[in-house]
Amino acid sequence: MATYNLTIPLSEADVRALHVGDTVMLTGVMVTGRDAAHKYMVETFIRTDAVPESEQSLYEELKALLKGSMVYHCGPVVRQLEGGRWAFVAAGPTTSIREEPYEAEVIEHFGLRGVIGKGGMGPNTLRACQTHGAAYFHAVGGAASLIANAVKEVVAVYKKEAFGVPEAFWVIRVENFPVVVTMDSHGQSIHSEVEAASKDVLARLVGTG
Amino acid sequence: MDNLRDSFVELVRRASTNLSGDVEAALKAARDRESPGSAAAGAFEAILENVTLARAQSTPVCQDTGTLIFYVHYPMGAHVRALQAQLEEAVAEATARSYLRPNAVDSATGKNSGNNLGGGMPVFHFTEWESDVLRIDLLLKGGGCENVSTQYKLPDTALKAGRDLDGVRKVVLDAVYQAQGKGCAPGVLGVAIGGDRGTGYVFAKEQLFRPLGDTNPDPELAALEERLLRECNELGIGPMGFGGRTTVFGVKIGAYHRLPACYFVSVAYMCWAHRRARLEIRGDEAIFSQEGD
Repeated sequence: MATYNLTIPLSEADVRALHVGDTVMLTGVMVTGRDAAHKYMVETFIRTDAVPESEQSLYEELKALLKGSMVYHCGPVVRQLEGGRWAFVAAGPTTSIREEPYEAEVIEHFGLRGVIGKGGMGPNTLRACQTHGAAYFHAVGGAASLIANAVKEVVAVYKKEAFGVPEAFWVIRVENFPVVVTMDSHGQSIHSEVEAASKDVLARLVGTG
Repeated sequence: MDNLRDSFVELVRRASTNLSGDVEAALKAARDRESPGSAAAGAFEAILENVTLARAQSTPVCQDTGTLIFYVHYPMGAHVRALQAQLEEAVAEATARSYLRPNAVDSATGKNSGNNLGGGMPVFHFTEWESDVLRIDLLLKGGGCENVSTQYKLPDTALKAGRDLDGVRKVVLDAVYQAQGKGCAPGVLGVAIGGDRGTGYVFAKEQLFRPLGDTNPDPELAALEERLLRECNELGIGPMGFGGRTTVFGVKIGAYHRLPACYFVSVAYMCWAHRRARLEIRGDEAIFSQEGD
């Protein structure tokens, strides 16, 4: 287990060097996206023959922002400052597994190098991480004020009116955002290891083993 | 009790930004049990630093400020509808002040109401009592831990769980196994045995108001709570599911009567950010407290 300081955008080599259990401090620009955002990205940009004209400019923005960057599964508490700019007040991760039906396609389509969230993800995402050189980074669930302090700037927000504050795409610049690699680009997942070990204990305690 | 809105806003602020003393002490004890340098120890360090920061900055402990569940005990003659209206006003105001995330989404249209008010939100339970004190308890329960909360119907063949307390033990262990780290472990379990499907869940959540250090007055349930606490931790799921020695830091069980045909076990999983606060109005005085203060 090592500790790395990495600056976004990440290269494939940056990500391939990481293994489960490593601690990483992330710096750079990333985009929040959760349930509504994933459904939207996949339906509007990926599983489609043509991106509607009305969504074309956001598509171009997201392509530029996400290449080599990350999607952060987060629905923040925000505050509007004088002059109209936004600030993050509380910004811990949300449960990632809900995005399992979408994430592999998002990683491939946008060239993500990582996904940040909590609770881990499933086999499709793990396979996409292996194939395309990405990793799953676990933020500490509930550590919302701590992580908000690592968010130095809200660069932009998209779809706030349509999706609501928690579900919008918030483009944020972070400094030293602390995460742990729990699924790496080599097919390893702490989540499946812990699940398998706890399953054996459960069988013993319940008497079904 | 004419205008309590500001006191109600303060109750919400405290619940969202300040963890109660018994929970923080349990998290510190859990950190001390993990090996220094492990992912589990790191998670507890981050959790505790976050708790300190949230308190100092008066910002939410967790961005998912959850479902607001109010338990109101009111003296005879109180104007309940007016109380509810003031509580709702206070919730909207606390949202405007960023103590709460706008969390009420219209299930049909997908529109967020923007102020935490909507059908069934927040949740209110009003009870008249003998005292002349107005007491309001508030629990904030996030969506991640609500998603891993669950209900079993005994017997359960796959788990070899019969219609007795040992069957209850087995399904509760299964619930914690199924949750893994997804409910923001380590968690506190509120468990209700019996009731119908609706009252079971409500009673399970009521258990979460109990102080972590209390002892169940029913000796059989007390023994089951103690055993489940130990066995849940043997699962080794640890904080965030990273693996570790503390998976659960409280098990609180209540039993309701049930129909002969029904045997429900309802498990309300509460995340480590176990946010609860109390306000008592005694005459003109507003007294705020949190467990373990």
